[in-house]
Amino acid sequence: MTDKKTSVHGAVLEDTPSDGDRPLVELRDAGKSYGNIRALHGVDLTVRAGKVSCVLGDNGAGKSTLIKIVSGLHQHTEGEFLVDGGPVRFSSPREALDKGIATVYQDLAVVPLMPVWRNFFLGSELTKGPWPFRRLDIDRMKKTADEELRNMGIVLDDMEQPIGTLSGGQRQCVAIARAVHFGARVLILDEPTAALGVKQSGVVLKYIAMARDRGLGVIFITHNPHHAYMVGDHFSVLRLGTLELSADRSEVGLDELTNHMAGGAELAALKHELAQVRGVDTEELPEEGDIRAPAAAPEEGKS
Amino acid sequence: MSMARQAEPAAVTPPPAPGPKESDGRTVRRPLALRLLARPEVGVFLGAVAVLVFFLVTAPPVRDGSSMANILYQSSTIGIMALPVALLMIGGEFDLSAGVAVITSALTASMLSYQLTLNVWVGVVVALVVSLAVGMFNGWMLVKTGLPSFLVTLGTFLILQGVNLAVTKLVTGNVATDDISDMDGFDQAKALFASSFEVGGVQVKITVVWWLVFAALATWVLLRTKYGNWIFAVGGNKESARAVGVPVTFTKISLFMLVGFGAWFVGMHNLFSFNTVQSGEGVGQELIYIAAAVIGGCLLTGGYGSAIGPVFGAFMFGMVQQGIVYAGWNPDWFKAFLGVMLLGAVLINLWVQRTATRR
Ligand SMILES: Nc1ncnc2c1ncn2[C@@H]1O[C@H](COP(=O)(O)OP(=O)(O)OP(=O)(O)O)[C@@H](O)[C@H]1O
Ligand SMILES: [Mg+2]
Repeated sequence: MTDKKTSVHGAVLEDTPSDGDRPLVELRDAGKSYGNIRALHGVDLTVRAGKVSCVLGDNGAGKSTLIKIVSGLHQHTEGEFLVDGGPVRFSSPREALDKGIATVYQDLAVVPLMPVWRNFFLGSELTKGPWPFRRLDIDRMKKTADEELRNMGIVLDDMEQPIGTLSGGQRQCVAIARAVHFGARVLILDEPTAALGVKQSGVVLKYIAMARDRGLGVIFITHNPHHAYMVGDHFSVLRLGTLELSADRSEVGLDELTNHMAGGAELAALKHELAQVRGVDTEELPEEGDIRAPAAAPEEGKS
Repeated sequence: MSMARQAEPAAVTPPPAPGPKESDGRTVRRPLALRLLARPEVGVFLGAVAVLVFFLVTAPPVRDGSSMANILYQSSTIGIMALPVALLMIGGEFDLSAGVAVITSALTASMLSYQLTLNVWVGVVVALVVSLAVGMFNGWMLVKTGLPSFLVTLGTFLILQGVNLAVTKLVTGNVATDDISDMDGFDQAKALFASSFEVGGVQVKITVVWWLVFAALATWVLLRTKYGNWIFAVGGNKESARAVGVPVTFTKISLFMLVGFGAWFVGMHNLFSFNTVQSGEGVGQELIYIAAAVIGGCLLTGGYGSAIGPVFGAFMFGMVQQGIVYAGWNPDWFKAFLGVMLLGAVLINLWVQRTATRR
């Protein structure tokens, strides 16, 4: 599933500039109001090629709102939004996709009654034949979708089955495989591991690392600081619609990140609750030491 | 619940994806009958066959070739409209103005040509523009306001109904338009919209051919093109469709315009077969079209259906309507029959969908 993908779906791409310095996507002091609800304000976010930018925060902190601006679903009402250094205002996700920005939405954005392969290619269908007879290239779409899903460890017997009949996690995998397939330059994942089993979560984290190594910019939204710390280069923590922390990997440790997410005292309480609810000995909960080892793994992929 | 998973980060070391298995192996291949039943058009096909057999048995005149041609003609006038209405329904909307829009189109062509003594083709083309504009207005209102299509098209329905009557009275001083059969271009237009041809000694109306051609075209578009994919998507989940880059606004508006096209075609057929138009007609037809689409297996809430199903749906309508006459029964029974068929079809569809797509 590695390279090559970019040409498949006809996104208009000038070659990814590897001058590295100019961010692919940048938000400056951006904000978004839904009517009288100010869901987001004063947010800065930079996505560079070959870097993973993690966004963390509580429920309702504004994470999804943030990425919906970048993916073209909503428009910002404050501040600036730049792609390749130029200010933009997407009026639809189509425009974002045409710039090579693909998103895994939290609600997955699938159409339940449609077959898996139609969902996979929805909005970016492959066609063949000259105009009046231009038609879907069904065989190629089915084959590609099947391959991409197998790469994720998902094997489906029947590409024709309605996606609504898949399990939640399988559906999520289809959405992720789709975004990985179409995300030519920027990949946005909104809580991609929320419904996934351990194995698939691992595959997703691996995908993120691979996308980064391919030179894509990644925005990774998660509630899980451990997941974030395994692949992240930059961390932004949102609270009540604004940035509470924005720090590079070198400036912040996992424990500090976790602290920021939950707030120190809340975390202690949480650990206590966890122990009670799950009936686990808190001692067995991983501390920094346990996390270091896997956290180091993705490091080696970087230059 | 993702909080709970924080307790397991150590296990998250990416395991190599296992070599792809050949198949999941848990899916038992459904029996062919069940898989066929899952197709939206199969239930209505069986229904149509049942109705046909029923009338072949109870009403001997139906067995005659010319009766069959007549039944097909009746079906085609419903069926041509039922097609775009079905596509629109799959796209998640419906159009209550479809019935009176047919009359609006016919009135436009008729009055324009007659009053200005123009070639009827001018009227035909202007009527097409008017019909497409009405469809566009419906779609545009819907997209811009976000109101349900029931409300928007109920409004258009009332407007068109009133305008049809009022303008006709104003222009002609009558409830019907003047006969245009001796005007320039009439014969040509009649050949296109309302002629007949002979097959083995039986006169068949050309609308039957148009009906089947449009149905084939609609099926191809629906199943084999991007646009067809978009129709299913905007009806199945509009938000998701937009999020993955489907042009939702374009799809919805163009579907309404397609209904406009259908209304124009049937309107022209009415005009050129009867030479004159009754301005008060068309009311109630919209429900017949919608019923034909639903009986044809289209989901009223959108996202599911076919173009072939409504062909059989319309055939059932034509069959029952004429069959009752040939059987010598009181035609008043027609509507009652329709109601029973509609409910039956909806129940069958529901059952089929539950059985065939059960998880
Ligand atoms: N379409 C909308 N209309 C009005 N308010 C909205 C809308 N979408 C989100 N909000 C509000 O914006 C705030 C931020 O929502 P958002 O979905 O961005 O949170 P989140 O950080 O993604 O949360 P979660 O972790 O639960 O996904 C919430 O208070 C929510 O009520
Ligand atoms: Mg969210």
